[in-house]
Amino acid sequence: MKTAVFDERKGQIHRKGEQPFQMTCDKDSLAGAVSQRACVFCGSRVVLYPIADALHLVHGPIGCAAYTWDIRGALSSGPALHRLSFSTDLQEQDVIFGGEQKLERALLELIERHDPKAAFVYSTCIVGIIGDDLEAVCKRVSKETGIPVLPVQSEGFKGNKRAGYNAACKAMFSLMGTGDTSEISRLSVNILGDFNLAGEIWIIREYFERMGLQVVANITGDGRVADIRRAHGAGLNVVQCSGSTMDLAHMMNEAYGTPFMRVSYFGVEDMAESLYKVARFFLELDPEILDRTKALVKEELDRMYPELLRYRRDLEGKKAAIYVGGAFKAFSLVKAFRIIGMDVVLVGSQTGTEEDYRELSEITDEGTIIVDDSNPLELSAFLQEKDVDIFVGGVKERPIAFKLGVGFCDHNHERKEALEGFVGMVNFAREVHASVTSPVWRFVPRKAGKRELLRNADRRGGQAK
Amino acid sequence: MKTNAAPYVSTTNACKLCKPLGACLAFRGIEGAVPYLHGSQGCATYMRRYIISHFREPMDIASSSLGEKHAVYGGGPNLKLGIRNVMTKYRAGLIGIATTCLTETIGDDVPGIVAEFKREFSDLLNQHGDPEIVTVATPSYSGSHMEGFHAAVKASVKQLAQAGPKHQGVGLFPGFVSPADIRYLKEVLDDFGISATILPDISLTLDGPALDEYEKVPRGGTPVEEIKSLGGAKAAIEFGRTLSKNVTAGGLLEEEYDVPLHSLGTPIGLRESDCFFSVLEEISGRAIPERHALERGRLIDSFVDGHKYVAGKRAVVYGEADLVVGLTSFLAEIGIKPVLCATGSRTGRFEQSIHAVLDEFDIELPVIRDGMDFYEIAEEAEELHPDLLVGNSKGYHLARRWNVPLIRVGFPIHDRFGGHRTLHVGYRGAQSIFDSVVNALIERKQEQSPVGYTYI
Ligand code: SF4
Ligand code: SF4
Repeated sequence: MKTAVFDERKGQIHRKGEQPFQMTCDKDSLAGAVSQRACVFCGSRVVLYPIADALHLVHGPIGCAAYTWDIRGALSSGPALHRLSFSTDLQEQDVIFGGEQKLERALLELIERHDPKAAFVYSTCIVGIIGDDLEAVCKRVSKETGIPVLPVQSEGFKGNKRAGYNAACKAMFSLMGTGDTSEISRLSVNILGDFNLAGEIWIIREYFERMGLQVVANITGDGRVADIRRAHGAGLNVVQCSGSTMDLAHMMNEAYGTPFMRVSYFGVEDMAESLYKVARFFLELDPEILDRTKALVKEELDRMYPELLRYRRDLEGKKAAIYVGGAFKAFSLVKAFRIIGMDVVLVGSQTGTEEDYRELSEITDEGTIIVDDSNPLELSAFLQEKDVDIFVGGVKERPIAFKLGVGFCDHNHERKEALEGFVGMVNFAREVHASVTSPVWRFVPRKAGKRELLRNADRRGGQAK
Repeated sequence: MKTNAAPYVSTTNACKLCKPLGACLAFRGIEGAVPYLHGSQGCATYMRRYIISHFREPMDIASSSLGEKHAVYGGGPNLKLGIRNVMTKYRAGLIGIATTCLTETIGDDVPGIVAEFKREFSDLLNQHGDPEIVTVATPSYSGSHMEGFHAAVKASVKQLAQAGPKHQGVGLFPGFVSPADIRYLKEVLDDFGISATILPDISLTLDGPALDEYEKVPRGGTPVEEIKSLGGAKAAIEFGRTLSKNVTAGGLLEEEYDVPLHSLGTPIGLRESDCFFSVLEEISGRAIPERHALERGRLIDSFVDGHKYVAGKRAVVYGEADLVVGLTSFLAEIGIKPVLCATGSRTGRFEQSIHAVLDEFDIELPVIRDGMDFYEIAEEAEELHPDLLVGNSKGYHLARRWNVPLIRVGFPIHDRFGGHRTLHVGYRGAQSIFDSVVNALIERKQEQSPVGYTYI
């Protein structure tokens, strides 16, 4: 089993209880290991993509744009320009002579064609090498067209996804401070780090509105350029998701004094606590807000608990594994599984910090495997070792689980089922329940035993090799 | 042919993928192979995700995971480290290394680095059964995923095949078809008594059974030994009308080893399949086996039964060049008018290939375009008022906009189940596509009819 682990990676795996907590992380992925990680460009694209009335132009060869064409479920209540995939599709000539002219022409053409409110230009690996001056081109085009045209320095090789988050935050930040804030109440928030996958941000917005808060900008989900321009006028930044928009919150705090707080919308405890935290923040301005929030939480819980308990009866004692992009989400998932009676035996992320993993180690049970930047060999070995009933991850993890006859729940950027909020917790439990209790597992070799299957095939005259 | 009349500016919703993706798919079809991308991490991750969404199978692609300093000082050290790790952990029988835009641009000499690696690590290589290492240059700024696919197949043959004793085996280079297609082709060859080496063979590696152990390298694929012996093959068959021999494995075998080459269109539809079967008759010296003759007969019978449902309907066909040529040929022979044939890559032989398959019919020629993206396809097609689209999932938004059916074929299919089990080739493939087309049109008719006809 342990042969699945590269020697170089041993420090990135911790088994709780076996030794005192110690974890190496924030390392570059190991060459030759099939990391589940993406690149800087991916990080930027993820964060900026849901700004629906902006043009997102990928400056590079075709693949980088083709693979990110509308792959996520970030929905818009209006314009949907973000769902198109624009690329300068660099050719050999451009690589030799530089792609600046092509970029400029592409921008002018696309801006005229689609009339966006702003344009983001992403640089990819190759652009970093050939040295196109994105900034200069963007400046020229911005002047000519009158809309903000923002370079996103997201060359893929310049770090991992997190560097991409940072580049995206810088680009968004440069939009701020240019809109009119006179109509904004002090009782107001910006929502950061929610991507409106499967319409989740609409659930969260509704909670805030029921609490009596004005939502100024959904910066990263169902986003609009005009909202972002005036987002600095909001009373509080509510930041979800480990790393993606924390940088932006810091920048806004420094420049405009906007306070921020970290939240999570997954699970019952974290969802409720997030709302209470926001309510407590505004308590001085609005003494009744906490009562309204409590009423909201109670109402939601009353509605969801009976269904959750039904699932819990079937799921009690089953085992879950978690491997997600950010560690913050993993915390919430550990708690969410506890509510439905399941034991988490493996938890890992692509980009957690040492602090994140320490916290994970604190909230998990003895024997739980904690892992940073894992790969299919390790993950499959862990799933087998722990005889897991369900694996929570993204599309790249799905076939690992399914091949081994393990249930699966997609909790990544491509999910099409809302998993946030109280209603999301019920959806999550329903999905986990549906997968774990499916009759199909009794037929998979892991459970049925290969020998028995082959014997049956023999009996029926099938060819058993 | 008007190749994209307007001066080229930008691409909106590309109708192609990048070159190394094709190479990874091709390498996946070799026994014991681990595809390896020499570049930064993102490319490999994106391609894995993309391929997984279609095949719903594990697809491990190793990467050199280059960072900033490698981009400046060269990726050699990471490439070597990566090869070593893939050897020791995956116990690969073959490592298929494709370059990416990044490593092409910084000018890494991959064959040179591999040669160095072999010198430096000869002990380790021996210890691990001396895996083969095949390299291929796949900068995406010159070509699409299909160029990458064929380049990897050719590189594998070039770097592995040897002049050996002549034998009765036949090499078949089917191009990028589905696992179901490959399984069917094997059956056909078997029935003709032909022992064939199909390269690549993704029938098991990208469509495997449920397991209780995660296979580091999925079983199946073309055995390396067989690729080595292709130099002595009796004949080679290669699918793809748009391919010129100087870019293909078949061309190479003919040129370097005098293996007689049969270049055919991808056998989609009746006539292209007929060509394929008659080549098999010729090579084997046997008449078409009864079961395939019957399948052919039933196919024609169904063409007759269904012809009124499809007569005169107008289709837009898009995707990989050779797939489009095959589909166009098929649609024309059942009485559907291809009105637009589009592909994202620029092959140079697309138009003449379409003309060739339409030659015997007295029909108006479709608009034929290469280097297209979906924005341009939409612009062209809108005026042509298609009744159906035939192609991969990527045309869904157009089908939805125009409220016409989309017959899903090719790659990628990520909004339907079982895309990789779609059968395209041979009489059986034609039958299955024909049934889908007819049923889609019947369904549309039912939906739009004010009367709920049950006999239709
Ligand atoms: S950089 Fe090149 S190889 Fe990598 S994804 Fe982009 S187009 Fe493909
Ligand atoms: S080329 Fe660079 S930016 Fe594009 S996908 Fe690959 S790593 Fe990411």
